[in-house]
Amino acid sequence: MTESDSPKQLPLHTLHERAGAKFGPFAGWSMPLSYPLGVMKEHLHTRTHAGLFDISHMRLFEVAGADAAAFIARICPVDASSQAIGASKYTFLLNTEAGILDDLIVTRLADDRFMIVANAARAEADEAWMRDALQGMNATIEPLDRVFLALQGPDAAEVMADSGFDITGMSFMSGMEPRPGWFLTRSGYTGEDGFEIALPHDRAEAFADNLVMDERVEWIGLAARDSLRLEAGLCLYGNDLNESTDPISAGLTWAVPKSLREGGSYIGAERLAEIHASGPVEKRVGLQAEGRQPVRAGAILTDGDGKPAGRVTSGGFGPSVEHPVAMGYVRIDLAEPGSEVTADVRGRPVPMRVTKLPFIVKRSQKG
Amino acid sequence: MSTTYYTEDHEWIRVENGVATVGITEHAQEQLGDLVFVELPSPGASVSKGDALVVVESVKAASDVYAPVDGEVKSVNEALTSEPGLINSAAEADGWLWTMSIADESQLEGLMDADAYKNSLD
Repeated sequence: MTESDSPKQLPLHTLHERAGAKFGPFAGWSMPLSYPLGVMKEHLHTRTHAGLFDISHMRLFEVAGADAAAFIARICPVDASSQAIGASKYTFLLNTEAGILDDLIVTRLADDRFMIVANAARAEADEAWMRDALQGMNATIEPLDRVFLALQGPDAAEVMADSGFDITGMSFMSGMEPRPGWFLTRSGYTGEDGFEIALPHDRAEAFADNLVMDERVEWIGLAARDSLRLEAGLCLYGNDLNESTDPISAGLTWAVPKSLREGGSYIGAERLAEIHASGPVEKRVGLQAEGRQPVRAGAILTDGDGKPAGRVTSGGFGPSVEHPVAMGYVRIDLAEPGSEVTADVRGRPVPMRVTKLPFIVKRSQKG
Repeated sequence: MSTTYYTEDHEWIRVENGVATVGITEHAQEQLGDLVFVELPSPGASVSKGDALVVVESVKAASDVYAPVDGEVKSVNEALTSEPGLINSAAEADGWLWTMSIADESQLEGLMDADAYKNSLD
């Protein structure tokens, strides 16, 4: 993807135009950044009622075949063979250095069938990586062409129930296929309860229209999606995670089962076990600045002696917490909450304090 | 009697008795979205046309506002420190950013009037 390629339009582009969206490029797609409500109110509406997001830029891959579980367990640090049918797991594709190639949600649909949700910007690279790893195994990978929506917020479950979905048995981080061609998980990227819904193109417009007619539901753009996930302490691939960050430094050890931290047969196992044994040299942490000035991605951090301390990888303003929020990587000796660092913001020093993540009380739980 | 000029960078400059009041246009605030922080210059600072003088920060991004002419900063809109949203609600009135003297009035000549600015947006 180069800057000169014109971004692709989402299947529901005209629906967003009718809703008054402002668009901007992201990961090769022309995405709704905000709607007439504005990013601040969109963010707050999601925390108090329900927000509807078009996330069709993300890619779904269906993995099927006798070796499907063995394949998932090869490419991700998960125990796929013991993953319950209907369970969704947050995990990663790792390279041999335990660097994160992408972060994923993997849902088991049947003994021999899994659904992977991958990031838009990584979808092509992921597919090539997975096809390479698939050689010699009895399984197939199929990228699915679906409209993909997220409904997030405290009213999301009631709205789904009122729309005719039986979600009573669905715990957070679980998934199923409610209708042919549909894929539904209880999950999300906001820190709220919510759902991600993949559905066929020819059903999508009516479904989305029906949802936003509900007074509890508003369209929410990518700008508020970013501030919501940042307050929730969730990583954005490309900012907070990349090929040279490993799950342990990224503070995501919880996503690797205990039995796989000291080794395993997944790609990257050996290096991950080394990092687990020796401890990471830096760690992802929350960062909070004094005052109202946001400190954004790319800001360099120094310690009390002016020595390099780390970097900010995501930063902005948190509308729910009403102060700037950021996350980044700091030297391991500075990773405890309360440590003080200084950010360089356009040549000016801004004091920051290391804090726990998330910045909000999450109403969703880790899977 | 005041005259208002507009720049290609979406700033407005209202000139009255040799003093310029500067802000960002209604169009600019719409594009930026909800503002959460404004970094203002110090009164007395001497500035050159094109200097990045103010940073306005939305939830999502930081944007520079440039000095439209040479001169000296006389005052800044302190109300924005606690209420940056004034720019969203009244970009071309209560949401003004700073006032400045104008060292060389001829620098105003290249700027747009309201009609020209409006046409430039189409």
